[in-house]
Amino acid sequence: MDSVEYTRKTRRTEFFGINLLRLVTLITVLPVIGVIVFIMVRGAPAVSWEFLSQMPRDGMRAGGIFPAIIGTFYLTLGTAIFSVPLGVAAGIYIAEYAPDNRLTRLIRIAIINLAGIPSVVYGLFGLGLFVLFLRLGTSIFAASLTLSIMTLPVIISTTEEALRAVPNAFRVVSTSLGGTRWQTTWRITLPQAMPGVITGIILGLERAAGETAPILFTGAAFFLPRLPGSPLDATMALPYHIFVISTSVPGMPLQIQYGTVLVLLFFVLGMNLIATLIRNRARARRQW
Amino acid sequence: MDNKIIVEDLTLVYSDGVESLTRITINVVANAVNVFFGPAGGGKSSLLRAFNRLNDLADVRHLSGRVLFNGHNIFDPETDVIELRRKIGMVFSRPVPLPLTIWENVAYGLLLAGEKRKPVLNDAVEKALRLAALWDEVHDRLHDPATAISGGQQQRLCLARVLALEPEVILLDEPTSALDPVSTAKIELSLVQLREQYTIVLVPHNVQQAARVADHAAFFLQGRLVEHGAGKQLFVSPGVKETEDYVTGRFG
Amino acid sequence: MLNNPRQRISESLITALIRLAGYSSILFVGLILIFLAREGFPALNDMPLVDLFGSRWYPIDKYFGVLPLITGSILVTVGAILIAIPFGVGTAVFLSEFAPLWLKNLLKPIIEILAGLPSVVLGFLGIQIVAPFFRRFLDLPTGLTAFTGAVLLALISIPTIVSIAEDALNTVPPSYRQGALALGATGWQTVWGVTVPAARSGLLTAVMLGIGRSIGETMAVMMVTGNAPILPTGLNALFLPARTMTATIASEMGEVATGSPHYHVLFFIGIILFVISLIVNVAASSFTLRSRKRAERLLS
Repeated sequence: MDSVEYTRKTRRTEFFGINLLRLVTLITVLPVIGVIVFIMVRGAPAVSWEFLSQMPRDGMRAGGIFPAIIGTFYLTLGTAIFSVPLGVAAGIYIAEYAPDNRLTRLIRIAIINLAGIPSVVYGLFGLGLFVLFLRLGTSIFAASLTLSIMTLPVIISTTEEALRAVPNAFRVVSTSLGGTRWQTTWRITLPQAMPGVITGIILGLERAAGETAPILFTGAAFFLPRLPGSPLDATMALPYHIFVISTSVPGMPLQIQYGTVLVLLFFVLGMNLIATLIRNRARARRQW
Repeated sequence: MDNKIIVEDLTLVYSDGVESLTRITINVVANAVNVFFGPAGGGKSSLLRAFNRLNDLADVRHLSGRVLFNGHNIFDPETDVIELRRKIGMVFSRPVPLPLTIWENVAYGLLLAGEKRKPVLNDAVEKALRLAALWDEVHDRLHDPATAISGGQQQRLCLARVLALEPEVILLDEPTSALDPVSTAKIELSLVQLREQYTIVLVPHNVQQAARVADHAAFFLQGRLVEHGAGKQLFVSPGVKETEDYVTGRFG
Repeated sequence: MLNNPRQRISESLITALIRLAGYSSILFVGLILIFLAREGFPALNDMPLVDLFGSRWYPIDKYFGVLPLITGSILVTVGAILIAIPFGVGTAVFLSEFAPLWLKNLLKPIIEILAGLPSVVLGFLGIQIVAPFFRRFLDLPTGLTAFTGAVLLALISIPTIVSIAEDALNTVPPSYRQGALALGATGWQTVWGVTVPAARSGLLTAVMLGIGRSIGETMAVMMVTGNAPILPTGLNALFLPARTMTATIASEMGEVATGSPHYHVLFFIGIILFVISLIVNVAASSFTLRSRKRAERLLS
């Protein structure tokens, strides 16, 4: 093969190759758009103010989904209460305090481990520890604690990354002016890392809001006549509600199913959008 | 002639082996501009950072010898490092304004110390900015972000930041290396004025700067102290061949 | 003007709290291990080991062989990875090496959205759209098969693979590419001959984390793989219903009596899942330092 033919052949390979990659990427991206469009189109007709604010009727086949919405809200709030302070503090420890030794490596391995545990195993753990051993019963409390531990690795990692991104020069200067490690962290490093930390928190909570398996045996219920009155009550929740109505309720109107999915999607994507906006705005306003 | 800081046989080695010091013995003279000069990697910055114990932030493999400040060994475990750093302040080679306002930058050290009274803080800020020859230029925009002023002004801000704590010693590590000639001249002038009240230790940007401002000078080469002397002696008639080679530009 | 003792005490207190928070991850992993073991190891007492790892899972008649569940998980996961690798790595290569900046900035958020979609939503669409589609298109008795599950799992693990793989490709120094191009290679040849091999360990990490994500997925698979815990025989088992370990726990735990053998075995399966995820994720993370940090964030 002479060099002209070689060049022609490689050009052709390149052409086909790049277009194949284009196709692959398109196929990867299309489902996302498809999912969102599909659910919006099929679910929008069902969503109205009544749908969002009323209690369900007729064995969930009619009426609104208010208890599921408020339940998801409670669970997300409960998760935030436990996972945010603990997660941010742990992130601060790893980024600012931890020495470079074996114990720190062990902590890192533990975080990686926590991040990879299947969500249903968290459900089992929650059942074993919170529901049964600590006798919290199937409750918002137990489910929130379970979701919190599941959310910890995300918050810890993003907090650590956000803190590490802050230029070290600030720490050196603050120390040279008589600052202790906590003073430096509290006055300079953490405030500068805040947008990243908040983004991580929102993304973590977004995932917690959409999870079903961890709350299956720790706090979620389907047929609840009343709204939960205390953290020790069980609650309805959007992800679990979707699961049941789409698999186990005969005669369930399709439109209500899509409507419920749309509400959850809205919640989750809304949080995603807020996190992205915070991240972009912070990048523009950075003083370094 | 008082000695503010007395270094006795100091050896300091970092884990990565960079910029270590070998058996340094030297005195820092009070109320004078003490210049530590020499080629890069000679250990001058390491010595400065040892004075205010910033070397604590790095991984130190070996430390021996003593550094006496006001009669006490700063490496003594009992030393109050926070207080030490307030008394021995440092200006770095690149201006690093904290991501705060101008006023907050200057007041930062005092705020760290727990000073909350506004009148006290305002007075200290004005005094420090005047000493750093910056007050006239920024007094009407104290609450602007510190990044809004020029590089030369930022470096004088860093100087004011240190001065606000009323230190005894001011360490300056190549403070003018990132600045234009006009700003450089302003800072050199400030240093000469400041030595009335403070003890200055300067690592100069080049030999010319050293020769301009030194009251005492010391030549460092690869972690060793080669020679030291008063006034411009080292630059006019150096005793050791290596000093002469460096001063005349045969290496650098 | 000096630090008063009260300031110093509060500093020590805060430092102690932060340190405790730092150690807490180890505590939680330990707790999870302990409670899984507490409720799961009794299964080893409840029945002989041979029965536990037997090939029949039929709790009603007291058959607790976990083998079909393990093979079900493997089947679905392998299927998912075979689909996810070409699409995930291909997309990552396209985004990092060939896509113009505006396209990259458009597509990356879209893929991140895919990462954020709750699995129950994907499972729902799996039931409504994907399963009927496969039933008609592939002429199967039911669309609820291992294959359907594999497709959904692939969708779920692709964002993980794309993100980490793209990071890995970005980390390859530009000088590698420039060197190859200077020697006369085309863009395509450079990518596959130089850049991708250079990012090899990061790409491997991406795939392993994708596997970890797949094995651990519960709801989506539960909703579309049918309900048949049978040992697969032959390749067409991919197009028959199956049961994964995760789906078994999720669907049966609700109706199980606390302390019964069934209860213990479900926890035992949880232990198996825990160990598998431990191996996969720790192995993956030991490859690249930087991939690990993003991985922790994206695994979740």
